[in-house]
Amino acid sequence: MIPAQFDYVRPSDLPDALRILKEREGEAKVLSGGYSLIPLLKLRLAQPGLLVDIRDVSGLDGIVETAGELVVGGRATHRQIQLDPVVAARYPLLRDAAGGIGDPQVRNWGTIGGSCAHADPSADWPAVLIAARATIVCRSADGRRTVPAREFFLDTFVTAIEPTEILTEVRIPRPADRSGGAYEKIERKAGDFATAASAVQLRLGPDGRIAEVGIGLTAVAETAFAATEAERVLAGNAPSEALFRQAGEAAAAQSRPSADGHGPAEYKRAMAAEMTVRALRRATARALGQA
Amino acid sequence: MTTQHVSVTVNGTRHEADVEPRLLLVHLLRDVLGLTGTHIGCDTSHCGACTVLVDGTSAKSCALLAVQANGAQITTIEGMEQAGKLHPLQQAFWDQHGLQCGFCTPGMIVESSWLLAQNPDPTEQEIREGISGNLCRCTGYVNIVKAIQQAAAELRAAPEASAGSAGVAAR
Ligand SMILES: Cc1cc2nc3c(=O)[nH]c(=O)nc-3n(C[C@H](O)[C@H](O)[C@H](O)COP(=O)(O)OP(=O)(O)OC[C@H]3O[C@@H](n4cnc5c(N)ncnc54)[C@H](O)[C@@H]3O)c2cc1C
Ligand code: FES
Ligand code: FES
Repeated sequence: MIPAQFDYVRPSDLPDALRILKEREGEAKVLSGGYSLIPLLKLRLAQPGLLVDIRDVSGLDGIVETAGELVVGGRATHRQIQLDPVVAARYPLLRDAAGGIGDPQVRNWGTIGGSCAHADPSADWPAVLIAARATIVCRSADGRRTVPAREFFLDTFVTAIEPTEILTEVRIPRPADRSGGAYEKIERKAGDFATAASAVQLRLGPDGRIAEVGIGLTAVAETAFAATEAERVLAGNAPSEALFRQAGEAAAAQSRPSADGHGPAEYKRAMAAEMTVRALRRATARALGQA
Repeated sequence: MTTQHVSVTVNGTRHEADVEPRLLLVHLLRDVLGLTGTHIGCDTSHCGACTVLVDGTSAKSCALLAVQANGAQITTIEGMEQAGKLHPLQQAFWDQHGLQCGFCTPGMIVESSWLLAQNPDPTEQEIREGISGNLCRCTGYVNIVKAIQQAAAELRAAPEASAGSAGVAAR
């Protein structure tokens, strides 16, 4: 399969890349890892006139923790995130997700920014960022804006980002004490996209009750979304198996899966519930320092 | 549409070519440079038959443009052998019957070389995870895993055997 023709540039800094995107608006497309875009070009489902490869743009692939946030560059690869020591120490939700994306080659090249900008409903990062209440930073030649993850993913392959913008950073709030996160994903075979997956980030209060919780679901609607009904079920209550089940059912009820090669809608709904229960169990154990 | 100049070092040898930006790296290797050891299986970035190392990082070369690899050091299956001697992975695939039709083998060996550079002493589980982006429709993987275990043991005993002609430390 051969893509349609296009031009290719590889600018070396961000202002240059943003200027090109503005000047060639309507025909230019950002190229990052390429593991979603190049297959689309080969199928001719995308036919941009110009690819702007951001591989050489420096400063986009760092992973830095500040006092309040983890700042992950838009060009950070899944593998970089998987192996990062700070992520391993304090952001188990991210580490779970990164290690389960595709296969080693995909993790070597695919980036968090590309995954979010692409917004495949089965991609793993969107639900994770929703659960963690992350914010997404978009830059254009005209400025910079910050969009909460919960307002970023709009529909299948549709997000709040503009074609003239580059997703430069993802900012994840630093978990407070007695916090835990987990990502649970079911896939048909190794290296596959999720059939269903659930991301949980929670904090236990001094009384042992769930003080804060975020839940994001993958692959069970037209886009990743926040399982707000399940969050409501959990908030303020003491963690228990029965409560987790109730939250799982609420998450399933809020999902809108469609049947495809991964299975019928009913099955996916059941898996949304089960993955949510498992993620809640593991996140709680982590918050208690037990896992 | 204009062509662009690319310069790549493949298995230690520098090559220059003027290519259309839409040319895939795997086609540069096979059709322009005549290195047909890198196979095209699925052409949809799923099977891993086209795996090569780009600056030491394993990649599916059907999901990469040749222009993206401009300036890079590339290692293909042809670069594994050293001075007429098979790389320990190649020898191990032979010894352990790690192939039947052989179609997946170039990608499987290149990916395994990356895996062992990251993790010289992998568990069976880590090996299976490490080749999860490489599909084999013949062997059932059992002998592939054995071959990688054999090569890993040998490379731990004599790490210089892993040099590979590109001379790029895999990262
Ligand atoms: C075999 C296979 C299995 C996979 N399995 C999974 C999986 O299990 N889970 C999962 O989540 N993903 C999976 N993926 C997708 C993979 O993670 C992609 O790499 C990722 O979704 C896109 O990132 P990229 O850097 O490759 O983006 P690209 O392919 O380069 O770009 C994708 C889109 O995002 C835009 N874009 C990229 N970066 C930016 C940016 N910084 N700012 C603005 N726009 C940008 C591009 O213009 C394009 O529209 C798989 C892919 C393959 C090939
Ligand atoms: S041919 Fe490239 S992954 Fe199958
Ligand atoms: S040996 Fe035939 S595909 Fe692996």
